[in-house]
Amino acid sequence: MWTGFKRVVRSGFVGFWRNAFVSLAAVFVMTVTLFVIGSSMMLNQLLEVSLENIQSRVDINVYFNTEAEIIDVNALQNELESLPEVTEVIFTSREDALAEFRERHRNDELTIQALEELGENPLGASLSIRTRDTSQYDSVAAFLEEQDTIMSGGVPLIDRVNYNRNREAIGRLTAIINAVEQSTLVALVVLVIAAVLITFNTVRLAIYTAREEISVMRLVGASNMYIRGPFMLQGIMYGLIAGLLALLIMYPILLWIGPATESFFEFNLFSYFVNDFSKVFRTVVGVGVVLGFISSTLAVSRYLRV
Amino acid sequence: MIYFENVSKHYNGNSVALEDVTFQVDPKEFVSIVGHSGAGKTSLLRMLIAEDRPSAGQVFFESLDIHKIPRAKLPKYRRKIGTVFQDFKLLPHLTAYENIAFAMEANGRADSEIAENVPQALNLVDLDNKAWNFPHELSGGEKQRVAIARAIVNQPDIIIADEPTGNLDPIATYEVVQILRKINDLGTTVIMTTHNKGVIDELGRRVITMDEGRIVRDDQEGKYVL
Repeated sequence: MWTGFKRVVRSGFVGFWRNAFVSLAAVFVMTVTLFVIGSSMMLNQLLEVSLENIQSRVDINVYFNTEAEIIDVNALQNELESLPEVTEVIFTSREDALAEFRERHRNDELTIQALEELGENPLGASLSIRTRDTSQYDSVAAFLEEQDTIMSGGVPLIDRVNYNRNREAIGRLTAIINAVEQSTLVALVVLVIAAVLITFNTVRLAIYTAREEISVMRLVGASNMYIRGPFMLQGIMYGLIAGLLALLIMYPILLWIGPATESFFEFNLFSYFVNDFSKVFRTVVGVGVVLGFISSTLAVSRYLRV
Repeated sequence: MIYFENVSKHYNGNSVALEDVTFQVDPKEFVSIVGHSGAGKTSLLRMLIAEDRPSAGQVFFESLDIHKIPRAKLPKYRRKIGTVFQDFKLLPHLTAYENIAFAMEANGRADSEIAENVPQALNLVDLDNKAWNFPHELSGGEKQRVAIARAIVNQPDIIIADEPTGNLDPIATYEVVQILRKINDLGTTVIMTTHNKGVIDELGRRVITMDEGRIVRDDQEGKYVL
């Protein structure tokens, strides 16, 4: 059993080398396919993380006029907190808002100077509201519209409610994710078919090259597995090598764009690649091995009737 | 040991390869099958190694109906048969030794067995000194002797030789026949097809004569009569 296995493995390698150039073509196409699979995995991860980020940041911010009385604000806060769909209402006072503003612009002398010039705090207090689910923001927004009390002097209590802008961003990002997923799916289907066909033909050629050996093997009563094994192994080898190559290509590319994704998406793709390497490895190499196995099995069952 | 019972083989309905062939081969016999080209000799052998199925009739190996053997069990059956062909069917990129070892490897034999049996087989065909030569470095007779060594190395019950001397000069022919006779003397059944009159007359063993798919003569100590 073990000797047989060893011999099958050995002749699998021999077949690989004997058709080195054709094998190379199969490996290359499969590498491209697996690289695209790996990259789309990365891209999806990136987009999903940013979607999550934005979603977690979704809240309704109610900015009050600078003249708003703290009592009115607190009353509204209490009312909001009593709504069943609201999970959290965070109050930011005018002073806190100013401190935050100063902190954010501490390196921006011009802005700070302009603030000093103004002499008084131009920022109003605000409430930031979170709901259980993003879809519940509509009802909260409707509620806020009803509460739009006018204070003495004809100034409304609420300066503005920012809510719609985030919804647009979420909608746009979801659309982008869907588009990316669909286009990579189309590309993948094409590439997978190409990889399977080319591997299939490579194995067919290997079978053709080895037809004398095969006829002798049949004559001396070699078992089906002994004859077919090497060719099936060849397909698996293409997938395995291609998978490793694809990962090898991805490494420097991710190393290079990692910092950029960190600053732009607040998510370092390279560290994701390194930390979740076993998952990436299993997917890329696993798909390669499965593709290789399927195409070589097809070729063997088509061209190697024992 | 081998029984052909009313075996017929028709191709495309009307082309007849074998017609109602019945005969029996006993263990340790040396049977020559003669006849013109197209007489059905090769078809007969193809039935025997289960490369082809009869249109009618049955072929038995001992109590086994050859054409009822399931596909997966065929290799096991074929191991009982050693085959030798007119065109040798040696692998050109392997040496004589490796060609013989290849047959044992394909059979799943252990490396130690291979190291022991291959030199013995080479010795039997008198090619000890050509073990490491490639087929293109050997003469026709030597190539055929390598092929015979490959056929016997797995110790089959029968050797089937399809025109083994067809491509050989008279001296090489003589050597090959002598080796087949030696193998037969050691206890292996040999079935050989030929149209070499000299070979048959020199052997003086059983001869089955075929013509147009039928057996026309079956003589125990036959001569080549056509």
